[in-house]
Amino acid sequence: MTHRKTAALLSIIPGMGQFYNKQFVKGFAFLFLAICYFIAFLDFLNIGLWGIVTLGTEVPRDHSIFLLVNGVISILVVGIGLGFYYFNIYDAFQNGKKRDNGLKLNSLKEQYHNVVDKGFPYLMVGPGFLLLIFVVIFPIIFMLLLAFTNYNLYNSPPAKLVDWVGFKNFIEIFSLDIWRETFISVFAWTIIWTFTATTLQVSVGIFLAVVLNQKEIKFKGIIRTLLILPWAVPAFVSILIFSGLFNDTFGAINQSILAPLGIDSIPWMTDPFYTKIALIFIQSWLGFPFIMAMTTGVLQSIPGELYEAATVDGASNWDKFRKITLPMVLFTTAPILITQYTFNFNNFNVIYLFNNGGPAVADQNAGGTDILISWIYNLTMTSAQYSKAAAVTVLLSLIIVSLALWQFRKTKSFKDEGMI
Amino acid sequence: MSIKTARRIRLTLSYLVLLSAIAIVVYPILWVIGSSFNPGNTLSSSTIIPENATLAHYKELFAETDYLIWYWNTLKICFITMVLSVIFIGLTAYAFSRYKFVGRKNGLLLFLILQMIPQFVAILAIYILAYQVGLLDTHFALILVYVGGLIPMNTYLAKNYYDTIPKELDESARIDGAGHFRIFWQIILPLSKPILAVIALFSFISPFADFILASILISSDEKMTLAVGLFNMIKNEFGNSFTLFAAGSVLVAIPIGLLFLSLQRYFISGLTAGGTKG
Repeated sequence: MTHRKTAALLSIIPGMGQFYNKQFVKGFAFLFLAICYFIAFLDFLNIGLWGIVTLGTEVPRDHSIFLLVNGVISILVVGIGLGFYYFNIYDAFQNGKKRDNGLKLNSLKEQYHNVVDKGFPYLMVGPGFLLLIFVVIFPIIFMLLLAFTNYNLYNSPPAKLVDWVGFKNFIEIFSLDIWRETFISVFAWTIIWTFTATTLQVSVGIFLAVVLNQKEIKFKGIIRTLLILPWAVPAFVSILIFSGLFNDTFGAINQSILAPLGIDSIPWMTDPFYTKIALIFIQSWLGFPFIMAMTTGVLQSIPGELYEAATVDGASNWDKFRKITLPMVLFTTAPILITQYTFNFNNFNVIYLFNNGGPAVADQNAGGTDILISWIYNLTMTSAQYSKAAAVTVLLSLIIVSLALWQFRKTKSFKDEGMI
Repeated sequence: MSIKTARRIRLTLSYLVLLSAIAIVVYPILWVIGSSFNPGNTLSSSTIIPENATLAHYKELFAETDYLIWYWNTLKICFITMVLSVIFIGLTAYAFSRYKFVGRKNGLLLFLILQMIPQFVAILAIYILAYQVGLLDTHFALILVYVGGLIPMNTYLAKNYYDTIPKELDESARIDGAGHFRIFWQIILPLSKPILAVIALFSFISPFADFILASILISSDEKMTLAVGLFNMIKNEFGNSFTLFAAGSVLVAIPIGLLFLSLQRYFISGLTAGGTKG
């Protein structure tokens, strides 16, 4: 038998393969770590893994949700353990291979240098990644699992146990009338909202930038600063101000602007149609300054000769805008415009702070202006439909992740040539 | 129609467009400033030009609510989040930019996906986790969650910037005998100040603007942040304390607005850098 196979086989008990390769210090370190791991985590893993499979068996003793939390952490701990275990076998195998080929193994000092050298990137990534695991990745895994349980207001610990129910939540979202209709209408509005609000804010931004940057316009600086104000004021403040302005009975829009014009009060907050109009208006108000500021930068970088040549060829202003300005602006800002769309797709603040996703609508369990993200929030916080909310979250994430993957395939960050 | 009249019409229209845009932009802001000086309490009595202007609401804000505490909490949380984020992100992005290591590609992919899923879809899980480790209703939990949430997107920003710093610099330093950390500290860090400033700015502003996480993790009045405090002021007893809310908003909007206007160019450069490359 070759050294590599023997070493790898012996490594089933961590450290033994290293002993076989006569790397005693490393072997001890591996064995010691493995023993510590078992002493520290065995009980926790035992309960955790049992918990995540059964979600508890006795009512007052077991709290399903806490068991689920511990279960997820157990899985993460097991994952780290397996990673270490794999590395232990891999290391024994590689060193065995060196011996097979008659190469000298690294001395202890060389091993130390090797660890410091190869370990450096992990040391750098480590702290941030650990935090990421607990506050971002763990919660997402938890939600993913929750989507396959029956956790809701009527079925929640400590009074009751939660059970695994497979794909029931997903099936119900699409088979029960109220859920399906709500999902479809919320999803449709999310798409309409994303497209109209973003497109409007982008067009207004580009339009104002073009108008403002004509050479003959005076006081450019002051006008620009005034127009950029909505971006400077924190958005949550502006949205709350708007919810006062648009108030049906007392708001200034109905009272001071529409009334003198002889227009009857418009039910901004109580009729879904008008709430939607108001929301799109508010988002355009909030969003256009950034696009305008960015476009201004692009406009200033377009060489003047282009326009002069166009004038010589007899192009009208409209032609110049359509054939030179717009393509230049769209081309250079395209990636940012895409992020504007994804931002609005998940723009919780404007929907929730303005009118709580409302007004309420008959025959569905979401407000008239809820987008997916605010619907999830309301399902969780108001109606305690935890597992349904989790299922919607999973659907939402699937949409987002597939978009992200599609975008990632086109980027260069993947490549790693020229690196250490 | 001569060229001159055409030009005059175009300019008049342009000024009209700009003026109406300014009117629409400025109206809500002036209205809320006006309301904050209004003697009444309610929304219905709010007008742009108050008849008997009064500072009563500002006094009430300081004397009878926790407004100043909220302000202090918010600034504290934002500042700590900013410092921690810059450290974590600066280090993480450096490893991703310069080293080839197992898990690099998957790590980048993971970050890309995570930056697109808003953190608060998992609020329930964050809440339960904070509850289990006994960190509910603490600023510490809030800061950790903010920092974690900022890592994916901003790591990309910083990585893209590091990528533009020539690798020859590192190599020559290595030949001169500088260690890994020394190269980072003495060569890369000074060169990447602009992007770190942008990240600092983002990580200060985004907790400031956050409503949802703060509203879930914090429950006691004296630990609230401005966003939650002001929201409660306007929603709890709608109309009854609107002018108070207006005064509160003005005091938030003015300093932050000024800070923003003075740093605006960095925002644009940062967002552009994040979007155009990838």
